[in-house]
Amino acid sequence: MSSTVLITVACLSLIAFLSAVILYFVAQKFKVFEDPRIDEVQAILPAANCGGCGFAGCRNLAEALVKAETFEGLNCPVGGAEIMDQVAKILGKEAPAVEPKVAVLRCNGTPEFRAKTSRYEGASDCRIAHSLYQGETDCSYGCFGLGDCVRACTFGAIYINTETGLPVISDEKCVSCGACVKACPRKLIELRKKAKKDRKIYVACSNCDKGGPARRACKVACIGCGRCQKVCEFDAIKIENNLAYVDAAKCTFCRKCVAECPTGSILEINFPPRKPKADIKTETVNA
Amino acid sequence: MKTFPIGGVHPPENKITAGSKIQKLAVSESVIIPVSQHIGAPATVSVNKGDTVKAGQIIATFKGFVSVNIHSSVSGKVNKIDTVIDSSGYKQTAVFIDVEGDEWLETIDRTDELKTEIRLSAEEIIKKCQESGIVGLGGATFPSHVKLTIPAGKKCDLLIINGVECEPYLTSDHRLMLEYGREILIGVSILMKALKVDRALIGIENNKTDAISHLNSLAGSFKGIDICPLKVKYPQGAEKQLIKALTKREVPSGRLPVDVNVVVHNIGTAFAVYEAVQKNKPLIERVVTITGKTLPAPGNYFVRIGTPVKKLIEAAGGLPENTGKIISGGPMMGKALVNADVPVVKGTSGIILFPEEESARMESQVCIRCAKCISVCPMGLEPYLLMSLSQRDLFERAEKEHITDCMECGSCSYICPAGRPLLDYIRLGKSTVLRMIRERVVK
Repeated sequence: MSSTVLITVACLSLIAFLSAVILYFVAQKFKVFEDPRIDEVQAILPAANCGGCGFAGCRNLAEALVKAETFEGLNCPVGGAEIMDQVAKILGKEAPAVEPKVAVLRCNGTPEFRAKTSRYEGASDCRIAHSLYQGETDCSYGCFGLGDCVRACTFGAIYINTETGLPVISDEKCVSCGACVKACPRKLIELRKKAKKDRKIYVACSNCDKGGPARRACKVACIGCGRCQKVCEFDAIKIENNLAYVDAAKCTFCRKCVAECPTGSILEINFPPRKPKADIKTETVNA
Repeated sequence: MKTFPIGGVHPPENKITAGSKIQKLAVSESVIIPVSQHIGAPATVSVNKGDTVKAGQIIATFKGFVSVNIHSSVSGKVNKIDTVIDSSGYKQTAVFIDVEGDEWLETIDRTDELKTEIRLSAEEIIKKCQESGIVGLGGATFPSHVKLTIPAGKKCDLLIINGVECEPYLTSDHRLMLEYGREILIGVSILMKALKVDRALIGIENNKTDAISHLNSLAGSFKGIDICPLKVKYPQGAEKQLIKALTKREVPSGRLPVDVNVVVHNIGTAFAVYEAVQKNKPLIERVVTITGKTLPAPGNYFVRIGTPVKKLIEAAGGLPENTGKIISGGPMMGKALVNADVPVVKGTSGIILFPEEESARMESQVCIRCAKCISVCPMGLEPYLLMSLSQRDLFERAEKEHITDCMECGSCSYICPAGRPLLDYIRLGKSTVLRMIRERVVK
């Protein structure tokens, strides 16, 4: 009786030992070397897996960072300079300064400015509405307000303002991952350089129609008149396809274009109120 | 009686205008003719502002093979070349013409005389179709000459004429068969000559018994044309379903009817081909059904291309007060119009007015997994799955589930007890997958 037990134990122990030896050698043979720094870098990254860096997820960026010789073109927009500096310290490299950006909506077609001419009843999805027709208003470039950008944002930085029907992007929460830029079927969201105090001057319109039709569709449409371009002393404004564009790199926030715009399509945001002057209309919008 | 084997629905027919004779709609004081009324490249405008044009004159010439000419449907002066919102829902380039009198090109035979002898050769017929702007008048507006040109290495042994008109409300093809039966049969013979086939089947659903017996009585004097009654079921007018119902041949996934040696044309197209080839009259007018339960005088009209829809509504007794939607096309596959200024184009088979209470969409609720959408899908797809795949951006998976086979008949959305926007999302997925496939080919 006891010998049966002993034999069983001995046999099993022998099998276990042999397996352990085989497994050891197999593990040695097929060992995949992985840089331990990848794990370290990944631990620092925000783990949002948002894809804002251009990679599928944070681990892929960590791998690329460890492999890369310089950080050129590699940046975590979510973590920003702080995280990139920490990564640089681990890897003993230098993180180049990448200017932080923030998303802005290039449409200001609230119901007050942009009258509705039809009613959309289809599925609540901007891509579907975009494939069906120009939208509830006469502007075929503007925002539908059906919230594809809201659903795309993993950081909860966007919500639809029920009064204006337009998405509102929070400057604090936006990490400029660019998910909303990709989600918008009308390409209305742009990532712009972040300025101090979150100040912004941009053309809140994407209508490429000529002045007349654009103005008829929306009171605050850019009509491509070119007055902003003329008044700008810094060559920061370009007009293309009847649409003005303010280059954030050249803009000095002098606000002359805002005052000059006949339709009020250029917005100044987070500026102190202007000193009242007879001929300048004050139009300060707080996001 | 024959029909296609899987899926299909039976929406209420509501063919209110089945007994109304086709009347000629008075020429409107101005017309708007879009240059892209067909699938393929838009035609290039060949007139300028201020030019005087006659009815039948070319105002935009075809660009490339998959494109057709656009003709002026009226005589008058070109007011401007501008953009207009057409039935696509977006602004398109169009020629605006102010009507003066009603002068036609002298080459067009405007008499009622029936011309039976086909003088043109097959190649000449195909060329004539492109020059005369003939497109598929069932609603898809695919240029007819492209379908008549059999690609090298393929052959065609049968022509099928689609007289099914399975969409509820619409009666334009039905009336055309009753009133212009001889012309249609000559048109079919012309198409047979162009395709070099000796057999043609005309499929008609048996809710149009008068049309079946009328064409049957005429078909005796035409060689090789047979009339086939079909059991009523939507979407029998879809190409693949019609071929399956009539011949039991199945068009494989991602292939064309010509791959099973068949070409399908519509009744309206056959009539337009007769007029173009025998009477030298380009496609400048078509039969449009204007209907709706609340409309005072619904009817069928010969409408000049470019006539604003509101003129048609006026002729039918004016816009009822509680109108919720104006649909261009059938109620199943048609599209709501943005406004009543949209011009009638080659693909406009009908204009249907729905009162507010009938046009409203059901509120979308969660899927209850009843699988009704699967049982009605005539292509054997799983609409509930395709919808959720599109919603979640899983387009690769949707491609594997054959989303591109969907022909957007809308049976799934029609039957869904939870009112889910199945077709809306499937269409989104389908267009995305088609774009992905195109991008892959380019790479």
